[in-house]
Amino acid sequence: MTLSQVSLGRGGRPAPAGRAGRGGQGARRRPRAPRSRPPGSEQLAGWGFAAPGVVIILLFGAVPIVWSAVMSLQRNNLLSPDTPYVGLSNYRAMLHDPVVVQAIQHTLVYTALFVPGTMIVGLFLAVAMNRKIRFISLYRTAAYATMAISTISEALVFIWLFDPSYGVVNYFFSLLGLPQQQFLNSPSEALYVIVVMTIWGWTGFAVVIYLAALQGVPQTLMEAAAIDGAGRWATFRRVTLPLLSPASLFLAVWLTINALQLFDEVYLSTQGGPLNATTVLVYYLYEQAFQNFNFGYASAIAYVLFLIIMVITAIQFRVGRRFTHYRS
Amino acid sequence: MSAIPAAAPRPAVPAAPPVPAAPRRRRRLPSPWHLVLVPATIVLIFPFGWLILTSLETPPEALHFPPLLTPRHLSLANYPAALHAAPFGTFFLNSAIVAVTTVLSNLVLCSLAGYAFARLRFLGRTALFAAIMATLMVPFQVTMIPQFLIVKWLGDHLAAPLGINHLGALIVPNAATAFGVFFLRQFFRTLPVEYEESARVDGASRLTVLIRIVLPLSAPALATLAALTFLDSWNSFLWPLIVITSTGEMTLPLGLATFQGAHSTEWTLLMAGNVMSLIPMLVIFFAAQRYFVRSVAATGLSGT
Repeated sequence: MTLSQVSLGRGGRPAPAGRAGRGGQGARRRPRAPRSRPPGSEQLAGWGFAAPGVVIILLFGAVPIVWSAVMSLQRNNLLSPDTPYVGLSNYRAMLHDPVVVQAIQHTLVYTALFVPGTMIVGLFLAVAMNRKIRFISLYRTAAYATMAISTISEALVFIWLFDPSYGVVNYFFSLLGLPQQQFLNSPSEALYVIVVMTIWGWTGFAVVIYLAALQGVPQTLMEAAAIDGAGRWATFRRVTLPLLSPASLFLAVWLTINALQLFDEVYLSTQGGPLNATTVLVYYLYEQAFQNFNFGYASAIAYVLFLIIMVITAIQFRVGRRFTHYRS
Repeated sequence: MSAIPAAAPRPAVPAAPPVPAAPRRRRRLPSPWHLVLVPATIVLIFPFGWLILTSLETPPEALHFPPLLTPRHLSLANYPAALHAAPFGTFFLNSAIVAVTTVLSNLVLCSLAGYAFARLRFLGRTALFAAIMATLMVPFQVTMIPQFLIVKWLGDHLAAPLGINHLGALIVPNAATAFGVFFLRQFFRTLPVEYEESARVDGASRLTVLIRIVLPLSAPALATLAALTFLDSWNSFLWPLIVITSTGEMTLPLGLATFQGAHSTEWTLLMAGNVMSLIPMLVIFFAAQRYFVRSVAATGLSGT
């Protein structure tokens, strides 16, 4: 779950991928000696400054991209020293692997629930917290605190809360007259419990993003809407929400990328079970790579994951752009 | 927004006259939003509260059903027991070493590279930068198997501390990140170049310019990068899971997961361990809450 995997232009530009750096930069170029060759000392300094970081990024970032593409075309399972090329057979094998199909389904279902869920909770709380009332910093801190908790700690607490025999959630269910549930032990419920725990874990993040965006909404617009006779709901619906659309698009993309890479919570709580009910793509990839040492097949899965992420984020940007209002 | 006139001619609403020194300002009614925020906050912090409560209970009371909301026997006994069962002190130390080293090396290496890409012209600059940007888009899962093989090779053939089961394996692959280089480059490019040029004219070296002029002006960006890198490193799980198997080198999330695997039904022990894993980050987070919040917000504000 790194915070650093999307290439949204963060340099201050509103930046759906591909639009970053369109303007701004060249505007201030001063008249300079027309494109002289940079002096040798600048060449040397440039390389010297860039080299240490670039070497690490290329070695651990760029080389592996090519390497795993190559591996996905090989039979590479550590059982034999040979790694013969097998063409696309790793990819073909995925089509006939029922677990892969299930894993993709689970990943998509999870994402389809987690992303809107987190955004709605985050938006609701941010709107509620975007006012100067007593204890407001206390309320905000409570939401922010979920950002400080690691996925593993979060999962461990929620396993306990949702324990079928002793968990407090089943107790609340009994108070409400609801039947006792098996939660993480039930193939039909486990994935939803993971949705709940991850929404909780990401609440702080969503609140921070939406609060920051809300604070950028100029008060004058709200006043103008009020003067024009718009009610509170209409103001929210017609003024606030459109002004928040860039933040919403950002959150949707960011949360989706993270959701498609769900792993930690599954590893800790269900290990993909019961009956593969929570086997998501990255969990299956991990099993193939580091429990079965099937590097070739796992690399193919990784590339399919990459493809899925690319396609879905591309759709989000395409669709999102239509609903996104950038103020300039 | 074009739909709404930005400065609608205001009807002459008389400014609310200041209450002329009323005997004592009437206390305003509490905002109705408290009715929403109090329950929401309770739901948000309930897991924390339940976690702490369980960690203080005796096993029979923790495993009582229905759960006891007011247990009879509270004690800290689970904490020494958890420390006895797993070296949380070592986990914490490892997490701290890895996170601090990663942050420092990112600040240094990404500043240097970011500055080179922002200001210096050198052969291959465009191609190198494009290669770095390309790595930004690729999810970690695509690169982790080769990364694992590279780290294993480095440990076997170059220097053991870089290899599997050493903290170096957690630090070196993240010692500089494409995000950091990109982020700082973008920031550096917003700075006025005149200061740097006049310093150069005065005979300052490029390194001096970077350290004395550019970096002090970039404190907010550096703080943001530091906070994000720290959070990432501290909470990282999948990569440590792959490269670390010996207990002595585990970080907190990995140590906690392993501890859970070994004591999966001893809930009081697990929750005590969990509290101990949480506290350091919570303390750091609250101490620097402004920085963390601002940094996370900065990732999203790009859009607004």
